[in-house]
Amino acid sequence: MTEVLRHDIVIVGGGAAGLRAAIAAVEADPDVSVALVSKVYPMRSHTVSAEGGAAAVDRDDDSFELHGYDTVKGSDFLGDQDVIQYFVQEAPKELTRLEHWGCPWSRNEDGSIATRAFGGMTTKRTWFAADKVGFHMLHTLFQHSMRFDRIVRYDEQFVTKLIVDGGAVRGVSALDIREGVSRAILGRAVILATGGAGICFPFTTNGNIKTGDGMALAYRAGVPLKDMEFVQYHPTGLPGTGILVTEATRGEGGRLFNRKGERFLENAAYGVGSKLELGPRDMISRAVDQEIRAGNGFEGPHGQYLHLDLTHLGRKLLETRLPFVLELCRTYVGVDPVTQPIPIRPVVHYMMGGIDTDIDGATEMPGLYAAGECGNHSLNGANRLGSNSLTECLVFGARAAIHALCFAKGVEAGSESVARQQTEEEAARIASLRGQRKGGESLARTRSQMQEVMEEGLGVYRNQDGMRVAVEKLAQIKERAADIRLEDTSTVFNTELTAYLELVNMLDVAEVAALSGLARRESRGAHACSDFPERNDREYLHHSLVRFDDRRPRVEKKAVTLGRWEPEARKY
Amino acid sequence: MGSNGKKTIVVTRFDPDRDEVPRTQSYEVPVQSDWQVLDALNFIKDEIDPSLSYRWSCRMAVCGSCGMMVNGEAKLSCKDPLSKYGDTVEVTPLANFPVIRDLVVETEGFLERVQRVKPWIIRAKEKAVEEGPVRQSPRELADFSQFSMCINCMLCYSACPVVGNEPHFLGPAAIALGHRYNLDSRDEGADERYQIFREEGGVYACTYANECSEVCPKNVDPAAAVNQAKVGAVLDWAKGLILPRGGEG
Repeated sequence: MTEVLRHDIVIVGGGAAGLRAAIAAVEADPDVSVALVSKVYPMRSHTVSAEGGAAAVDRDDDSFELHGYDTVKGSDFLGDQDVIQYFVQEAPKELTRLEHWGCPWSRNEDGSIATRAFGGMTTKRTWFAADKVGFHMLHTLFQHSMRFDRIVRYDEQFVTKLIVDGGAVRGVSALDIREGVSRAILGRAVILATGGAGICFPFTTNGNIKTGDGMALAYRAGVPLKDMEFVQYHPTGLPGTGILVTEATRGEGGRLFNRKGERFLENAAYGVGSKLELGPRDMISRAVDQEIRAGNGFEGPHGQYLHLDLTHLGRKLLETRLPFVLELCRTYVGVDPVTQPIPIRPVVHYMMGGIDTDIDGATEMPGLYAAGECGNHSLNGANRLGSNSLTECLVFGARAAIHALCFAKGVEAGSESVARQQTEEEAARIASLRGQRKGGESLARTRSQMQEVMEEGLGVYRNQDGMRVAVEKLAQIKERAADIRLEDTSTVFNTELTAYLELVNMLDVAEVAALSGLARRESRGAHACSDFPERNDREYLHHSLVRFDDRRPRVEKKAVTLGRWEPEARKY
Repeated sequence: MGSNGKKTIVVTRFDPDRDEVPRTQSYEVPVQSDWQVLDALNFIKDEIDPSLSYRWSCRMAVCGSCGMMVNGEAKLSCKDPLSKYGDTVEVTPLANFPVIRDLVVETEGFLERVQRVKPWIIRAKEKAVEEGPVRQSPRELADFSQFSMCINCMLCYSACPVVGNEPHFLGPAAIALGHRYNLDSRDEGADERYQIFREEGGVYACTYANECSEVCPKNVDPAAAVNQAKVGAVLDWAKGLILPRGGEG
């Protein structure tokens, strides 16, 4: 008989947002029982790969107003200003909490927190632990979470469905990757914190686990995804692998050059003004893309690239502040940044879009919350500023937990028989997939086709024709995905099966991104349309929603919450 | 990058659903000159045999998922260039761990050891957020910084001669992590951890083989941590003889 486990709060995802939520819940309520469910062990979560830092006001020359304004402007006025206001006020408290929990933040000589410059930020407000900030934050959170026995971990459990009863979420069905069985995990509230979906694209900084699982779970349960057309291209990825070279390289003084030796960001047409390399990511990625298109790139075995030069910064600074960059460049491109420029090109890095939530992390569905990259609180709007997202995981992970806890106190636990029945249906569906599909399509090739379509249609620059083609091709790929051959019959650690489930999730997320993009006939933030090059506040100062309704995606609009800052031309 | 010819990748396979004992399977893989071992496994999975199971994610040597033995040495497969090997490369699961399937090994025992050393800040009185960050000088940070770099890849456990023989041994990574907190100027929990270090399977089980530090892909130097922890545990014990437990030394 299918096992049914009971907890008060079920958190899906063990990265920064999920761990922060779990800790917030058990600290706020001495009796609460939290299930932390993840398809990997928490310390493998992709938070681990974040490098450059986490933003929060700390210095005397900084203020919440400045951090707020920078974030609003960075978002190209699509961020909700009440959310941004709350975020900037909570940010220093959250990073201080992490300090108290042992995070090894880099320090000034007097022992105070050191901060560095980051793109689109007016002053130095990015806290850092050398250039392994995500790694240190994740391990600090994971280790701190081990204090609490009321956080019950379900590691290597793949959530395949939200259990919904009477219109409210009641828990999840999770496939035990190791044992091959599905179990129901009942919770009075569920928080999704599964991260982004970079693997929808062929060239990304994201780890292989970033497959949009939480987004797809919510979407298929009828909860809309918001602002999914806004895909952040990071300007500096290593050619070939797409491994991230942190923006902190530029925060510490790194410069970008084209093949002619020009510091091309000085060109006024690129819009970064005197900020140069410390402009926002959307603008710098466009500049790099244009330079390459203009033939100003270097030719390499993995296509064209430009140079990120750190050689003038000196060995001592690089070894102290950017040791991971040194290791990554030496290992993966055979370049020593102490003496040689680093080859870089734009690379898919972050999904601004995600599950539509309010400021509390609550979705439309009673009991369902989201936090971190998989959620969309409308903090980042059309373009996220570097170093806001690690802080976002903490601020909104904690807030989602507190609100989920309040919700959980007011509702009865879900029905065991409903949970069992829905989970048995899931188990049957999974059994019918495992090594049982004789189709003619290859899993790996279908995934590559999706990735190529996304790169073609939703690149640094897009246009209507390209996005229309992407929508059509994705529909065809979705059809073909039903005919994918699955050969591995094993119930134990069947990673062909999980890769298939991930692909199905990504296809939904990819389709939503393409449809959102097609509907936005303007250029805003990371959504740069060559056929609609201007921002159009009269018609498009709104969020995009895509809802799965009557088994079809439906595009809708949602109002932006403005505030003290009226939309203005975004000039740096 | 150019092609680098073909290599034969010999992989240990084990599926408890069908195998009594592990077997080996060979795959001929056309390799590129800039490939890591992981790239060859991904080629096998995508193009030859989708049933091959292994863990991986970040492919940039920080998530710690993809540890395995390559030609008998513990490696992160994402940070192990294929070009340095000959025509045949043997890939087996991390030594000293029970195998779940193929190259996937049991992680639970490792995490239980990590948890046993209380890897969190212990203070008599916890600081309130309103008090702001605790001051810590760059020198104080440097005291423990190296030991905070462990990515939990478990390579050191598979290289350690004691781990294989002593089921209770805390092992290099867990000791290094406990020691990292002992050295942190913000922490007041050293005597609790030293007590754990002195228990059976604690720091004195280590035989100074130094293998852990040699295989560590992040230069954590767990052997140095273990040696320092041994000294610290003795001094802490001696302190306990002079002062009643809980007294300030």
